[in-house]
Amino acid sequence: MEHYNIVIIGGGPAGLAAAAAAKKAGEDSILILERDQELGGILNQCIHNGFGLHTFKEELTGPEYAGRFITEVKDLGIEYRLNTMVLSISSDRIVTAMNRTDGMFQVKAQAVILAMGCRERPRGALNIPGYRPAGIYTAGTAQRLVNIEGFMPGKEVVILGSGDIGLIMARRMTLEGAKVKVVAELMPYSGGLKRNIVQCLDDFGIPLKLSHTVVDIEGKERVTGVTIAAVDAQNRPIPGTEEHYSCDTLLLSVGLIPENELSLSAGVALSPRHKGPVVNESLETNVPGIFACGNVLHVHDLVDYVSEEATNAGRNAAAFVRRDGKDDAALPAVEIVPGDGIGYTVPETVRPKIMNDLFTVRFRVRGVYRDHFISVYFDGERVQHRKKQIVAPGEMEQVILQKKDLAAHKDLKKITICLEEA
Amino acid sequence: MCGAFSFFDAAGKGEVNMYDVVIIGAGVSGSAIARELSRYDANVCVLEKAEDVCCGTSKANSAIIHAGYDCEPGSLMAKLNVEGNAMMTELARDLDVPFERIGSLVVCTDEAARGGLEELLEKGKKNGVPDLRIIERDELVKMEPNISDEAVAALYAPSAGIVCPFTLNIALAENANVNGVEFRFNTEVFAIRKMGDHFELETGNGTIESKCVVNAAGVYADVFHNMLSSHPIHITPRKGEYYLLDKSAGAHVHHTIFMLPTKMGKGILVSPTVHGNLLVGPTATDQEDREGNNTTREGLADVAAKSALTVKNVPLRSVITSFAGLRAHEDHHEFIIREVPDCEGFIDVAGIESPGLSSCPAIGKMAADIVEKKYGFAKKEHFIATRKGVLNPAKLSMEERNELIRKSPAYGNIICRCETISEGEILDAIHRPLGAKSLDGIKRRTRAGMGRCQAGFCSPRVMEILAREVPGVTMENVTKAGGASKLIVGIDKDAYDTMPENAERAAKSAD
Repeated sequence: MEHYNIVIIGGGPAGLAAAAAAKKAGEDSILILERDQELGGILNQCIHNGFGLHTFKEELTGPEYAGRFITEVKDLGIEYRLNTMVLSISSDRIVTAMNRTDGMFQVKAQAVILAMGCRERPRGALNIPGYRPAGIYTAGTAQRLVNIEGFMPGKEVVILGSGDIGLIMARRMTLEGAKVKVVAELMPYSGGLKRNIVQCLDDFGIPLKLSHTVVDIEGKERVTGVTIAAVDAQNRPIPGTEEHYSCDTLLLSVGLIPENELSLSAGVALSPRHKGPVVNESLETNVPGIFACGNVLHVHDLVDYVSEEATNAGRNAAAFVRRDGKDDAALPAVEIVPGDGIGYTVPETVRPKIMNDLFTVRFRVRGVYRDHFISVYFDGERVQHRKKQIVAPGEMEQVILQKKDLAAHKDLKKITICLEEA
Repeated sequence: MCGAFSFFDAAGKGEVNMYDVVIIGAGVSGSAIARELSRYDANVCVLEKAEDVCCGTSKANSAIIHAGYDCEPGSLMAKLNVEGNAMMTELARDLDVPFERIGSLVVCTDEAARGGLEELLEKGKKNGVPDLRIIERDELVKMEPNISDEAVAALYAPSAGIVCPFTLNIALAENANVNGVEFRFNTEVFAIRKMGDHFELETGNGTIESKCVVNAAGVYADVFHNMLSSHPIHITPRKGEYYLLDKSAGAHVHHTIFMLPTKMGKGILVSPTVHGNLLVGPTATDQEDREGNNTTREGLADVAAKSALTVKNVPLRSVITSFAGLRAHEDHHEFIIREVPDCEGFIDVAGIESPGLSSCPAIGKMAADIVEKKYGFAKKEHFIATRKGVLNPAKLSMEERNELIRKSPAYGNIICRCETISEGEILDAIHRPLGAKSLDGIKRRTRAGMGRCQAGFCSPRVMEILAREVPGVTMENVTKAGGASKLIVGIDKDAYDTMPENAERAAKSAD
């Protein structure tokens, strides 16, 4: 069986940044396993710009952003295998994978970094009634067809869901000559970034109907139309509000789910809140030596934060290999808890003894809140209190904690992050 | 559903003037009859209006092999259900069809209605159903920990089973084809005329003549019957809506769970599938539209509500898809399998609703026997009784799998990530007899696209393979399920000129 100190599952933005960081931290034995024919992951089909403002202080397209990390990984001489699907990971970190040339093979790793990304929720997850004709695509599948393959999946389009990919595809389909008739969003707020609503819908005069959903899909062979209706506070369609749109395509942008089949095969515990692995400050899961970062951990809206998170995961995995960290589990840990108005936090625990001097906790709020404070409590004591004009679930938030502050709190048990009214 | 292209229709076979037997419909009944007739030296052709086998009632049902206690004693349904059930083990082995005799439970949730179980038991005994018994709550809870708290007892039928309905239909058709039966797809029959000792069938692909016609047209069987007989029959499309749940929910129950009808209603079934998913449904709504297999908000809500009548905490959050199928309900709720009295040579196989799938081996035999007795075909000398399905590499050891990949590297290229389906399996599905031509054809033969992401990941990849491998199929005309179900409506405005293969591609689609 082959052996590598660090095996990284996925060569998208998270895997690439993790690999580069591990290498720069002094780790030489690294292998990236990528299922597609190129490194770069989903960024290769995200040909719009707006990537890299935080990381590179300039606006790049998705392939350009990925290209910088791919170049770095190649320059650092990191090994990778393309067209390689990982089939399972065991709790003792034996990775089983397959490709055309090596067949089915196993690799033993000291540390594994999970960087598989996420997938789109399909129609079935929403129980949209109607026919099942051709012409119903998730936004990401349509994006691949248009941007990678060069094919148009439709000419008259209705989009359900206002996640970022749906918004981006509303603009992309319009630029390719399609008519995007409406974007319907079940929730009373968009799940996407404000800038995408402005640049992808408002600038093209595409209406966004909040608190609306699709209640029927017509067309026995190809989509011929959909009916949307307003929903009440319990998300139930309101009779009498139905509006019919003739169209040949329904695009779904109704949520992303971390892709954790492999995590589960290794015995990694998942959070019911963010659907990714429960991790500590090192981004290490409950299985020693298995780390997670990027969209497989929790769904991000900016790739810059994926790169930052993955850089940490790569460094931490290298440090784990170096110190043979199998006994880390015994270190005392402080719980990080989502309080009022907070959907989840990543990570869920921090071990003050081995944490970095500065440490970022990322989280999402549960709804749209105006003029609220983001507060941090160390047990009962409020240690941060920062006013935000508006927070929304579509935009990830963060707080930064300092090691010295944690050290100053003797017997600290619980850190709570919450929203408080002004 | 009549399609624009028909690649494999009678390809290379030359013009056949007169068939001995034409079967209308390549569903599970038509395919079972075709396979039974392929044992004889006869010129048999199956006409199918869709682009593939298994496109009507056969593709959307409960995937259950019923034990046979439910049918009226003395009915044809009862006879063929019990016979078909008994034949299934050997048939599944011969044709490599996933089938498991997991047993079924009819759950009584009302002490006052317990007599209903006794009645079913008696009916089952009369029908010849083996090993039936009534079990009490204690035993029931041991067998099914998630059974409803209201459950008091159940009728246990160990001979009931679950099957892959797609593979069963496809396997019967493939085997019939290997034994010489011709299949013409995209060939809708519009009219049938009796011309003395033979029939003329007017189809979307020309006129076809045959000495004998077998009417296995599912929800359309009454239409064809009534073209020729002065004693009309009437079939009602009866819609059943279902939820299919993720494999993570597949072990929620271990048997097929039915509800003993009470004053609360008839209930629905909750069952594992042979692939490890959980199936919940169906509703029963009569309608006019013979193609109206859409799901409805009310129907799906009904399924969700009724699942709780027999089983606790069905994880409906794990639904990956919902679908609806149409049963061919004949007014007298009975199979009609006989030569039509006032139309010699025209054999009805009509009213094949539940337990039609369970009965299909016996339906095939009975209908073929009627035809054979009438025309006295000779037995074939070299009938091929077995068929190997699409290879499932997941069942191989790592060494065997590597040997396979060395010989055929496509087996090392995973295309469907949710179900772990390789390119090798997809190529097999395309190139075997009556191979796949569309996304749905691939899905039903390999399960690629049937998993939890519902083809989001693999569909562009499968489309590319279809465009590469199937003559006449390009990325621009590849379909979900034949006909007008095209997946692509054009090319990017700026991609056209940069495509080096553009000229070749245009030439190919003009074919």
